[in-house]
Formats: sequence, structure tokens, C-alpha cells
Amino acid sequence: MSMDTQMLFDKKIVIEVSGKNGEADWMLQNRLDALKLAAQLPLPRLQKTNISKWNFTKFEPFAEEVPIMSPDELPADLREFVFVEDKRNLLVQKNASVIYCNLDQSLSEQGVIFTDLGTASQKHESLLRKYFMTDGVRIDEHRLTAIHAAFQSGGVFLYVPGNVQVKIPLEGLFWLSGKGAAMFPHILIVAEAGSRLDFVANFVACRDDLGAINNSVMEVFVGAQADVRISTVNNLNSEAVDVVYRRALVDRNGHLEWNIADLSDGRIVSNNTSHLQGESSNVDVREFALGTGDMKANVTSSVYHLERHTKSNINARSVMKDQASGIINSITKIEKGASKSDGQQSGKVLMLNPEARGDVNPILLIDENDVMAGHAASVGKVDPLQLYYLMSRGIHRSEAEKLIIHGFLDAIISKIPSNALCERIHHIIERKFKS
Amino acid sequence: MSAAPELIVKGLKATVDGKEILKGVNLEVKGGEIHAIMGPNGTGKSTLASVLMGHPRYEVTDGSVTLDGEDVLNMEVDERARAGLFLAMQYPAEVSGVTNSDFLRSAVNARRGEGNEISLMKFIREMDNKMELLEMDEKFATRYLNEGFSGGEKKRNEILQMMMLKPRIAILDEIDSGLDIDALKVVSKGVNSLLGPEMGVILITHYQRLLNYIKPDYVHVFIQGKIVKSGGPELAERLEAEGYDWVKEELGVEDETVGQKA
Ligand SMILES: Nc1ncnc2c1ncn2[C@@H]1O[C@H](COP(=O)(O)OP(=O)(O)OP(=O)(O)O)[C@@H](O)[C@H]1O
Ligand SMILES: [Mg+2]
Repeated sequence: MSMDTQMLFDKKIVIEVSGKNGEADWMLQNRLDALKLAAQLPLPRLQKTNISKWNFTKFEPFAEEVPIMSPDELPADLREFVFVEDKRNLLVQKNASVIYCNLDQSLSEQGVIFTDLGTASQKHESLLRKYFMTDGVRIDEHRLTAIHAAFQSGGVFLYVPGNVQVKIPLEGLFWLSGKGAAMFPHILIVAEAGSRLDFVANFVACRDDLGAINNSVMEVFVGAQADVRISTVNNLNSEAVDVVYRRALVDRNGHLEWNIADLSDGRIVSNNTSHLQGESSNVDVREFALGTGDMKANVTSSVYHLERHTKSNINARSVMKDQASGIINSITKIEKGASKSDGQQSGKVLMLNPEARGDVNPILLIDENDVMAGHAASVGKVDPLQLYYLMSRGIHRSEAEKLIIHGFLDAIISKIPSNALCERIHHIIERKFKS
Repeated sequence: MSAAPELIVKGLKATVDGKEILKGVNLEVKGGEIHAIMGPNGTGKSTLASVLMGHPRYEVTDGSVTLDGEDVLNMEVDERARAGLFLAMQYPAEVSGVTNSDFLRSAVNARRGEGNEISLMKFIREMDNKMELLEMDEKFATRYLNEGFSGGEKKRNEILQMMMLKPRIAILDEIDSGLDIDALKVVSKGVNSLLGPEMGVILITHYQRLLNYIKPDYVHVFIQGKIVKSGGPELAERLEAEGYDWVKEELGVEDETVGQKA
């Protein structure tokens, strides 16, 4: 039996989710408030993408998933997405349930927290109350954030205390499994002043597994002088509506990198927004989308410069094949007073078929005179002269196209800190071009 | 494919954007032979090279081209290459994000065919050797294909590809242009290392100098979209000394570029 919209707004389900997550009462109250809002608030308005018919609410009820002792028990398609060394710092979530969580002991001894959100709400209440859906993503932004807040389950709370340098990456693996399944992980990352961390989040499904909904939120707090890198890969099937709202607040001299790969085949809302709210803070946003079949994606990257000497760079690329459609929006806003700031953008789209659609919308909004800002945008097809050159060395047309596409995306992919992750991404691209 | 290669071009005519550039080219090249093609600017030499390779901008309107008896004009560009044609281009394309070595390995493997791919070790060894012979810094293996290469570096890279792919018929379009003397020697060394009955060469050049390093068996003069005169190495020497006026006079031609009335 699948839930329809009416049942979705039934309190009982929310109470049940809350119970399964073993969370504190205040979290349940949050959910109940969110549930009301979900019924009232409109969907977000996305540039050039009509999402009114997309399925955000119909999914199979949550089932209890069995924990695993080791990531080796995961199916092969999933194991390929486990990148962390020795599988030490890894959390695996299947649909609504966290089925594996491990943190290296030396890190926990340094005060690093890496756990699911329910547990965190009990054990680290004050931290969670401070950061969970307060200054980052708010519950009442629109219907999707409200739905997320009502149903969020599993999730990650990652906390790195001041001046702790985490050298090896931590990973969250979010597995959408079973026809009509849904997941609502909430990922909350707090990097205190002077700390360093790498986090990899992968939202994936086994091949041919037709899950329905991923509605995730990532909130990232980068403290003063902290250095944070977040890399995400979304690779869900053609039935899935894949929504991720990412939000970061960067404090004085903080440095943040987003590396975002949108490789899902269905419907995608990929939003990442960074607020540079401390002086001399900076963010690098690298994002790419690859669409095949009937994939439709709306990818919006925003940066708000709120303080002086802040710096941002948004580099977005997309490749659209078949009838796929990708709308890439980049928004850089430099507020009054954020003098000596520098906001750069580059957006490029490659279309492989006449039926494919690609759009780049670079937007610079500047309320301060003493700044630097610029953008470059292009939309085009595979260069026939490049193709000719590669083919003149005996390379088949399809292979030559693939080389050019890998090359086109390399500007983004090569910057991803994990080689294994880069390789995986190249494999996914390869596979998409086989089908 | 061990028999000596043979390329036969007969009455080849071709247009670009509706304008006829090649006006009936005849040429036969066999394994072990080196044919130099010389001619003033804009007469259609590069066009001939491009048409033989299958460049998408050109349309063949008449004539035939066969390699070892196979109809080349019916083949796709990549098929021509796998059949053994190679063109070192005057202006090779740049491909960002694709490393030279990834590209070359794809090309070598395409030539060898599925199931017969070269091992990575062997490939690297071979590429290293050839780069050393061409005095190329090893960083060129990992640089993006031709991106930001200087004129001379691009030429060396074309020859590197030729050495890795071992073509049956190699067309070298102004491989000497923009090369300093040392580079010219190095590039010639690379070409010469491949010479033998297994490969025929078409060498397009403006300068006798190259022919001191790569000795042609035949020299052809290209004017107004076709070969108007053929001879031995002595022809190149006379062209170097006297220019093309005497050829034009012999032919009663005023302007050498294509499109002008004779
Ligand atoms: N797209 C085009 N439209 C019109 N004319 C063209 C086009 N492309 C090439 N041509 C002309 O074709 C003629 C032959 O060009 P080609 O490059 O083959 O000359 P070339 O003999 O190789 O000259 P060079 O010695 O300068 O390299 C030139 O006059 C050139 O301007
Ligand atoms: Mg030329």
C-alpha cells in the first residue's frame, strides 16, 4: 500500500518515525509543526523548471531495516560507493534506518561526534538545538523543507571540535532501496574554529532498483579558520525524485569546497547555497550534472557575500544527452558593505542531441561598488573539429565523444579530493553512455 | 595486411562551402616511397590532405581514392585511420581535459581492436621510448591534448602519434613549419625511424630544407587544385632556387591559387 497525499499528512506516521529514530521530545514537536506547514506552504519556485507534477509525497511506508556488521555485507553496487579508508568512518543508511555507523576510535577520543540524528538529539541536545534547521535551512522555507523536517530520519550529525584536524574523510552512504521507497536523511555538519574535515555523501541505489523519493538536507557550519570539503554524488534511478538542499554558513577566514555530482536519472532538484558571513571567508563550488534519457534537473548554486574580503567561485557544468534537460542557475550576491569581495562564476553546457536541453543562467547581484565579479557561460555541442581529430586517430565516434565529455567534466571531477571517488564517477559516466 | 600499402588517388575533386578547391588530383603512393608535395600558399595542399582523411567540411564531387584496393571515400574518418591512413595536421585541434596519454592509449587500442588491447605497462614503455627519441619532456604525457602546446610542440606531438600508431600511409602536412633547426632534426629522426616498405609517405612542405632530412623519391608541384608537375628530388631544388614562376610560365598560368581562371 502506498501513501497518498492525504495520508501523508497523518500525524500518526510522523509520531511513528520519531519513535523509530529514538529521538528527544523536542524533535517530535518540531516534526508536528513541520507537518502542519507542509500542508500550507507552496512548493519552491525554481527558475525555468515546473515541478508541480513531481512526486514529493507518494511513497511506501518505512520498514525496519536490519543493521549490518560490516559494509562488506552491502550489495556490490553499493560497496562501490564506499570510499573511506579501512571503512572506518562510515555511516550507512537504508531508506529510513541507519544500518551501520562506525567512527575511528582516535577521532572519538579527540571529541569528534559522528552519529545519526536521533541519537544526537538525545546525547547532544544543546548542539542540535543550536544548529538543527535554525540558521541554515529553515523548516518553513517551502513545502519541501517542511516535508523533510516532518519525515527526516536516520541522518548524520558530524561534529569536529575546535582545532581538530581530521585527515581522512568521513562518509555517509544513503541507500534508497525497493520500489516506491523514500529516504529523508538530514546531514548536519559542524566544524568548529580551526578544524579541518572532508565529508563524502553518496545518495545511491542499486541498478534497476526503483526507489521513489530522496528529500535530503545538508547543513554545514564552517567555523573561523576551519577548512571543510564536502563531496556528494547522487546516483538514483529514473523513477526517483531526488531533492537535496545544501546550505553552508562560513565564518571568518573559513574555507569551504563543495564538489557536487548530480548523476541521477530521474527528477532532480539540487540546491546549494553558501553564506560567506565572516570576513575573508571563501567558498569554491564545483558542480556538474549528467543527464540521459528523460532526466530533468534544476541545479542552483548560490553564494551570498555578506562580509568584506570574501571570495567565491562557482564552476558548473552539465552534459545533456537524449531528451534530458538540465537547467543550471548560478547566483552570486554581493551585499552592501562586503567590499573587496570577489565573486566569479563559470557555467558550461554540452548538448549531445538535438532533443537535449541545456540552460545556463548566470546571475550576479551586486550592491557594493568596490568588488570584483565576473562570469563566463556557454552552451554548445560537441566540437566537430575535436571529434574529427580524435577519430582521425582511429578512435570510434562514440568513444571520441566520451573522451570529449570526460574532458569537459574533468575541470570539476579532477578537483574531487578522493581518487577512488573520481574513478567511480568516471565509471558511472561510462555506464550511462553504454545504455 | 603485410603486403606493401598502396594508395591510389584518381581524378579527385572536392569543394568546400560550394567552392571547388581540388580539381582532379592524381597520385599513387606505395609502401617505401616518399612523395613530397610542394606548391604556393592556398593552392589546395592541405585540402587534399583533409579530404583524404575525411574532414567533415569537405565534399568530394568526383574521383576515387583507394587504399590497398579498398574504397577510402566510403569510410568514416575513424575507419580510414584504422585502415592505416594517418594525417599529421597543419593545425591539430586542442582537447581540454583529455590527457595526451589517455588519448593515445585509446587510439592505439582502437587500432589494435577489441580483445587485443595493449597492456598499460607496455603502452607506457613504448610511449616513454618514443617521447625520448623525440626529445619531449615527460610532462607532455599528462598534459591535456595539444592544449597550450607551442607550434613546435604540437608538431612533435603529431609525430609521436604517428610513431605510436605506425600507419601504412602517412600524410605529413607542413610538419616542418615553425620548427627550429634542432626540432626539425628530431622530428625528421622520428619520421625516418618508421620508414620502410610497410609505410608510404606524403610530405607536404614549402621548404627544400626538410627534404635534406627526409629524402623524397618523388616531388610534385601543386597548383590550382591539382598536381601539375612531377619529378625527382632535383625538382625541389630548382623550386627552392627559382620559385614557382617558371612552372606557371610553362603552364601558362597567371595566378596559382584555386578559383582563378587559368
Ligand atoms: N571554408 C572555405 N571557404 C572558402 N574557401 C576556403 C575554405 N576553406 C579553405 N578555402 C580555400 O581553399 C584554398 C586552399 O586552401 P588550403 O589550406 O588547402 O591551401 P594550402 O595549399 O594548404 O596552403 P598553405 O600552403 O598556405 O598551407 C585556399 O584558397 C583557402 O582560402
Ligand atoms: Mg596548408
